[in-house]
Amino acid sequence: MVTAQAVAARVTDPELPMLTLADLGVLREVSEKDGKVVVAITPTYSGCPAMDTMRDDLVHALRGAGYAEVEVRTVLRPAWSSDWITEDGRRKLAEAGISPPGAAPRRSGPVPLTLGPPARRVRCPHCGSAETELLSEFGATACKALHRCRACREPFEHVKEI
Amino acid sequence: MSFDNAYEAITEENDSRWAFGTGFEDPLSGVDTTVPSGVEGADLAAYCLMLGDDALIFSHRLQEWCTNAPELEDEVAIANIGLDLLGQARLLLARAGKAEGGDRGEDHYAFFRAEHEFRNVRLAELPRGDFGELIARLLVFSTWRLALFQRLTESRDPVLAAIAAKGVKELTYHRDYAAQWAVRLGDGTEYSRERITEGLASVWPYTDELFTPHPVELRLGEAGVAVDPSAARAEFDDVLGQVLRAATLDTPEAPAIPGVAGRAGRAGVHTEGMGYLLAELQSVARAHPEATW
Ligand SMILES: [Zn+2]
Repeated sequence: MVTAQAVAARVTDPELPMLTLADLGVLREVSEKDGKVVVAITPTYSGCPAMDTMRDDLVHALRGAGYAEVEVRTVLRPAWSSDWITEDGRRKLAEAGISPPGAAPRRSGPVPLTLGPPARRVRCPHCGSAETELLSEFGATACKALHRCRACREPFEHVKEI
Repeated sequence: MSFDNAYEAITEENDSRWAFGTGFEDPLSGVDTTVPSGVEGADLAAYCLMLGDDALIFSHRLQEWCTNAPELEDEVAIANIGLDLLGQARLLLARAGKAEGGDRGEDHYAFFRAEHEFRNVRLAELPRGDFGELIARLLVFSTWRLALFQRLTESRDPVLAAIAAKGVKELTYHRDYAAQWAVRLGDGTEYSRERITEGLASVWPYTDELFTPHPVELRLGEAGVAVDPSAARAEFDDVLGQVLRAATLDTPEAPAIPGVAGRAGRAGVHTEGMGYLLAELQSVARAHPEATW
């Protein structure tokens, strides 16, 4: 029997299907006791509409692998950070034409206001050029911003640093 | 495998063909929701409703912008901000239910309370204006909420602290979006400057209310669980000052619109637009009270 950890780690994200929940860093813990599997996941954003589907997919995958009793728990702290996306996950994002996030800001105290463009340096995932610009900090899903390459002129998505 | 009808297929005892949901409803499933020592559960529930209702009601106003924004990019931005706030609302309303100790879930609070039971500030409920009004309101709202949430990350209630820590990351993007648009409009054309100036003038009378503590906020503030909003005023003024200077705009001067006999949104006393908003927000759930989806 495949371990519960291995089964859960293979489940993919509903909105970024090239990544597993483990690649994305939302799979926090898988434990098994007396035949019951407990999986802990954390939301990327508060309103992430994929949470329900992630739960369902985890339960479904584990039941399919022979684990009859599965409980999926939410963990809220520490809050998810884009820093938790694994190296493998970053490579898969880039291969899918999505620019992976840089280092997330670490702060304490009042959050400084940003009136200019963000300090992030983003390379075009299509042609590799560093000549890119931000179109919008908000994209098709909560976790992505929209950028454009000035060299090849292609638009592309960038996973935001949080 | 073949079925006589579609209904038989979706009710079959084999979930390999399921399409939607396995009944998950509680966004705090598995989270320890014990009420911290020395705190009344009813107070904590009321406080969570205040912060949750702010997010729920303003999120509804932001959703009204869907298909109405001036540009596709802003349409997407406003919808994303509304979604973040809706997520914060779900967590906070669920936390209220657990603190209260009964079996009320988020849907009860969102769909089956009457207007006077909503505890959001009036700023959140004001009817949708033009894009200048939106940016002005989003700037004021997100600057205020970010200052509160940043302090709330130190709350003695670990659930509130966790919700706040997550919210800070989201609100930072909301505030930057509004601030950058305020600068673009204020320091733009004569017309854009007029729109943002009027927008700020229309929301400014509701800013004092944001910093007027309710007794529950004071009691829980003393207990290290809540934030006394008056403590966030200096930071709010400083951030607004930075934005207005960059936008070459003056600080609005409009007298505060008081509540009724000292009671405003936090005490359930709302403005005319609130009833219409709730009629829309609650209509489907009330027409089909047993429905699940
Ligand atoms: Zn390129």
